[in-house]
Amino acid sequence: MMQSNWIILPVLFPLFGAILNFFMPKRVKAQKLVAATALTATLLYSIYLLSYTRTGAIAVFSASDWPAPFGIVFACDLLSAIMLVASGIVALAVLFYSFWSIGQGREQHNYYAFYLLMLMGVNGSFLTGDIFNLYVFFEILLISSYILMALGGEKEQLRESFKYMVINIIASALFLVGVALLYAVTGTLNMADIAVKVQAASDQGLLTVIAMIFMIVFGIKAAIFPLYFWLPQSYPTTPPAVNAAFGGLLAKVGVYVLFRIFTLIFINDIGYTHSILIFIGGVTMLLGVLGTVGQMDMRRILSFHIISQIGYMILGLGIFTPLALAGGIYFIVHNIIVKTALFLTAGVTDQLTGTTDLHKLGGLLKAYPALGLTFFLAGVSLAGAPPLSGFFGKFVLIVAGLEAQHYLVIAVAIGTSLLTLFSMMKIFRYAFWGQPREYQPQKYGRFLAPAAILVVLSLAMGIGAEWMLDVVSAAATQLLRPELYITAVLGA
Amino acid sequence: MRSRSFILETVSRLVLFVILIFSLYLLLRGHNAPGGGFIAGLMTSATFVLQFLAFGPTNQRNILPINFRLLIPVGLLTSFTTGFVPLLLGKPFLTSAFGHATLPILGEIEWATAVLFDLGVYFVVVGVTMSIISAIGEE
Repeated sequence: MMQSNWIILPVLFPLFGAILNFFMPKRVKAQKLVAATALTATLLYSIYLLSYTRTGAIAVFSASDWPAPFGIVFACDLLSAIMLVASGIVALAVLFYSFWSIGQGREQHNYYAFYLLMLMGVNGSFLTGDIFNLYVFFEILLISSYILMALGGEKEQLRESFKYMVINIIASALFLVGVALLYAVTGTLNMADIAVKVQAASDQGLLTVIAMIFMIVFGIKAAIFPLYFWLPQSYPTTPPAVNAAFGGLLAKVGVYVLFRIFTLIFINDIGYTHSILIFIGGVTMLLGVLGTVGQMDMRRILSFHIISQIGYMILGLGIFTPLALAGGIYFIVHNIIVKTALFLTAGVTDQLTGTTDLHKLGGLLKAYPALGLTFFLAGVSLAGAPPLSGFFGKFVLIVAGLEAQHYLVIAVAIGTSLLTLFSMMKIFRYAFWGQPREYQPQKYGRFLAPAAILVVLSLAMGIGAEWMLDVVSAAATQLLRPELYITAVLGA
Repeated sequence: MRSRSFILETVSRLVLFVILIFSLYLLLRGHNAPGGGFIAGLMTSATFVLQFLAFGPTNQRNILPINFRLLIPVGLLTSFTTGFVPLLLGKPFLTSAFGHATLPILGEIEWATAVLFDLGVYFVVVGVTMSIISAIGEE
């Protein structure tokens, strides 16, 4: 059992930054400095954690020295570390984009503080080993996200944030019901301890019911079929920077939790629960991409793609072989990075032209070649063209699916890829090709830089796919041996 | 103009100290008995709200010139530091130290750093409650 008191740092850095920012609501420059420092420190420490867990070690920490399973435990395995690094990268990119785009009004109303608090919730969800603590961190990230969404108070924005809040409050209430039931059956809240008790429980039927409750809860939060209806409505009304953080990061936290609980806790009836996951994955990816057909707004199209892409991740979880899980994890990382890059380019487009409506755009490639190139690379990466990261994620998933003989859903996955490419090309054709409208020549290098860096990362992930696959395969193997996690937390 | 209520003013003057002292009592015992920063903070806010209702916002600001919004980060920082110091001393985050001390008059008492954490919570709760109520109430 490896005790490491410091693994809580990715939670503490953003919290401390947020506290400092609350002290100086009007001093925007200092706020930016604090936020950038806090998030850089978080990222660096996460990279250290990744290199540490890469050896197969699982770092554990029990808050206030209460031993597990009585106290609250934080555990960092390879999956957690990978998620921390991915979220750290994206968080910094969005932060820098916020510097250029979010505006004085929001900055002076604690935008950065709540942004940091949201990341505290995200990182906490990745690290915690206690299911009730998970609920708490989810609430932290959700409450901060309500504020980020509503901040600014435009009419449409308020209407959609209200819906978003109601949906999430319902999901959170269900989450509590699930936790309570799980506690009633197992008598513990520590995830490792639950995993042990679940295997020994007499009423396996009830446990499957609880598993389904959790699937619904995180299905709402991760936006999977048939619970995704709220996402394409609410995300596009937020400011572009917030939209990028939500679209790139928040939905994936739900996916992470699904990966965690459906490999650690609910593995007693795989034939039932994971078949449902495969079905849901297939339908989610298909319906998500079909949703884009009628849309003519860049940000709305991209929002529907979030849903479609989440289908692939769920599919990887559902197939439940080492290769499929590795593909799923690779896909999550790829998607966090590329999706954020796409939303950031949409944001830059909005800044330069004042709209993301495809009817009103045209010829952007000529007017702003770098923007066009960034969008193009991110778009084909999303669709899955080699040598970008999207290709390898899908490739691994498809090979894994064929090996496990899920031919139908793999056919759907390949078809969805084509449709994704088609709808990326639709954006490209309307917005970037053709005769330029009257655009003012502007300097936009710094607006675009965060997105461009993310695209370069996606390219690097594609070229360094072998190394990446090595890491995610190790993470997947670790997930498929829950006894490693359990002994790390509870001791032998 | 607001109409003044003589009964309310007199009663709120009388109960002010009773409630405040009781909330402090709850705050100090919170780490090992029912009570704690949250409930104590709410109770303290309740006394302030009572003053607010009885004497009006302007009078209240004269009596109690505290920027309640600033209390929120102050409280957060207090709790954060209480949790963070053990980390620097090589213990897990939030570890609480406690011991016994003999004071004049009071005799032997038990002290615990958890009280500081509770104090932070107390500040945050008072800060948040009063900010919300004064934001709504002063309109």
